[in-house]
Amino acid sequence: MTTNEDRKRPLLVLENISKAYSGAVALSNVSMTVMAGEVLALIGENGAGKSTLMKILGGVIPPSSGQIVIDNVRYDRLSVTESQSVGFAFVHQELNVFDNLDVAANMFLGREKRAGFLRLLDVEAMRAAAEPLLRRVGATFRPDTPVAELALAERQLLEIAKALSIQARLIIMDEPTSSLTLSETKTLMNVIAGLKADGIAVIYISHRLSEIEECADRVFALRDGKAAGELDKPEITHDAMIRIMIGRDLNSLYKPPARPPGEPILTLRDIRTSAKPLALVEFDVLDGEILGVAGLVGAGRTELAEAIFGITAILEGTIMLKGKPFRASCPHDAIAAGIYLVPEDRKRSGLVLESAICENICLADLDAVSYNGLVSQRLVKARAEDQRTKLAIKTTDVMRNTAELSGGNQQKVVLGKWLSMRPALIIFDEPTRGIDVASKVEIYRLMRALTDAGVGVMMISSDMEEVIGVSDRIVVLREGEIAGSLLRPEFSEHNVLKLAVGAN
Amino acid sequence: MHKKDFGLAVLIIVVGAAVYLQNPLFLSPINLGNTANLIGLFGLFAIGQGFVIMTGGIDLSVGSMVALLGVLFVDMVGKFGVPWPVAILAILAIGTLLGLAHGLLITRLRMQPFVVTLCGLLIYRGLARGYTGEATAGFPFGASYPALEWLTIGRSFGVPHSFFAMILVGIVCWFVLHRSVFGRHLQAVGKNEDAARYSGIRTGLVITAAYVICAALTAVAAVYFAMFTRSVQPSSHGNFYELYAIAAAVLGGFSLRGGEGSIIGVILGAVLLQELQNLVNLLGIPSSLNFAVMGAVILAGVLADQQFNLYRAKRRAAAALDIQDTKIAPSSRQKSEIGGYI
Repeated sequence: MTTNEDRKRPLLVLENISKAYSGAVALSNVSMTVMAGEVLALIGENGAGKSTLMKILGGVIPPSSGQIVIDNVRYDRLSVTESQSVGFAFVHQELNVFDNLDVAANMFLGREKRAGFLRLLDVEAMRAAAEPLLRRVGATFRPDTPVAELALAERQLLEIAKALSIQARLIIMDEPTSSLTLSETKTLMNVIAGLKADGIAVIYISHRLSEIEECADRVFALRDGKAAGELDKPEITHDAMIRIMIGRDLNSLYKPPARPPGEPILTLRDIRTSAKPLALVEFDVLDGEILGVAGLVGAGRTELAEAIFGITAILEGTIMLKGKPFRASCPHDAIAAGIYLVPEDRKRSGLVLESAICENICLADLDAVSYNGLVSQRLVKARAEDQRTKLAIKTTDVMRNTAELSGGNQQKVVLGKWLSMRPALIIFDEPTRGIDVASKVEIYRLMRALTDAGVGVMMISSDMEEVIGVSDRIVVLREGEIAGSLLRPEFSEHNVLKLAVGAN
Repeated sequence: MHKKDFGLAVLIIVVGAAVYLQNPLFLSPINLGNTANLIGLFGLFAIGQGFVIMTGGIDLSVGSMVALLGVLFVDMVGKFGVPWPVAILAILAIGTLLGLAHGLLITRLRMQPFVVTLCGLLIYRGLARGYTGEATAGFPFGASYPALEWLTIGRSFGVPHSFFAMILVGIVCWFVLHRSVFGRHLQAVGKNEDAARYSGIRTGLVITAAYVICAALTAVAAVYFAMFTRSVQPSSHGNFYELYAIAAAVLGGFSLRGGEGSIIGVILGAVLLQELQNLVNLLGIPSSLNFAVMGAVILAGVLADQQFNLYRAKRRAAAALDIQDTKIAPSSRQKSEIGGYI
């Protein structure tokens, strides 16, 4: 048990931690303290540097500069084993459990108990040791249950119990409730209170501010890789948290359209998709406007884009493209009609990363660069060179591997693929995730140029600055349905959030 | 016994009963003895292959290794007069070294298992043929090694000793895979290598050990095969044996993605394969159709297993969805979460 004296003692001190990845700065001069037995909530927008900071604590990556102080011992970097031996444990968003083993085997993986002359596994001892830990976190499953049979929430409890089994002093929870139901979240809150009572510190990373209000002793905010402010228990409110996280003028990016919005380019009426079969969707994308699509993670924005693009099945409803009925049963149909998708995960779905820039640019339209079915290398290069000039893709040669480019330039290659064809509507899904500011601005300018040229632009974004700063109109999705739409004068993060969560 | 293993055992019995009804010779002591011998020979290295497949890898060099080590063993004992226990130890040592080489190439130099062992397949076969100059390696006329012969091709109570050897190896390997810390680490590595590394498991060591076990058991099998055939024809001896081993493992419930499988399963897989071979002979099916029968049965078996699993997963998901719906009525959904923005 921990005494009151211990609680006032800092368990972990980060001093001026910085981290740069080949040019891009992920963290700059972050200093942070975690006291023994406190719950510290870490908040920040996507890309603010939360996960980089956590990776440094886990020993997965070293900081570029700065020091980590644990129990008055200074480290320039932690290794994975050091992180474990000082008592840090992680409960990840994507859980690292082995579903081919049972609960107790997962809990003691790498630290198995042995018995007998042959030092074989002592399955009984491990199960017996697992039992009280599972009870402590409120788990109802038994230690011999195969993990394959556990629900997501139960796997989460298993991870926490595992942290207890290594006598963790600091448990770092990354979005622990993102897949939990309300009652499961309640259980977790009780578990956290229990951990705290036992003197175990928790770093709680979450997007859910009400949970943070409930469980956090202190809030630490990151913005653009810098410390953006701290809140003590009495100051923790929704408004205060949003203020320190966003804290900047969201209007500076906006460039007005050349002409007022015209006829609809894309019309959706009474659409039901297989991803959200209970939700009805209808909206228009107008000629000349950038339509922002906002909503919480899981609101069905990407699924909607994929339905228009022919990846997710549409169960019923009508889609019109420039007044003509349109329905894509596969991406091939959508592309033939001029509807293009710039996908959320550019490395997985947007690019063939290990292939040349010019190959990527021509991949969707090889017919245009071939004679009699044979691809002409000359045409491929010419087309790629053309896009390189137009989009200012920074590379010495279009024959180079796409993987060598920075995130911003990779995204330009994705755009080049579509812009070299004949777009009617381009759907951008998180177009600037993980991209430097200069490239972001270029991509926004390009979107505006597209709408001015009569191409429809629909932009899905979780970045508040982007959605408010760039769109002409915003539709907000909530649980698969359109919760409302906002015109420019009504834009504010408050109004967007209000629609997104459906509360006052 | 695992549910999957049980299903396989039932299949073996059903096929056996059907063959017996068509041709009662199936259960004659001679036929059973011969089949048991083949099960023992093929089972020995199929178990080894199981360890490699458990890691998500594959060893294609098994057949060629049986030929190369067979040639060396026969020559050592027959031509150079090396005492046979020494020769066996030497063969085991060479096998172990080859496995170690595979393992290190795969884990240290990050080469793909398929490529490394495919090259092994070509190299060992080529060495066997080159070393003998395409000539068949055999024991001198009239040579006799009573103790060695008793150990390898002898029988007790009508049961061939190769079968006993496989059972013995099977029991040891069962403990290693299912009851030892190493076995557990093997299963974890096969399922998720990165997460295993972050759990403090030395994944490179574990994977290398799997290739060593596979090659060592293949070396044991090579001695048994050499003694069984008495002479080793370097270009045909052991051809396609790696595929028998992989087939036995897959039939026995191993996933080529790693992390799934049991020793009982792979042994039963080897039993079923030999039963099918026997079926082709006993039912008067042209032996040229041998592979076709085997392929069709494996395809059908794996397909049925997969469909059954899919069906079970769907049923489980449906059940879970029902619980979820009652747990969380739409009106009680969390109000003030602010998801993706932050």
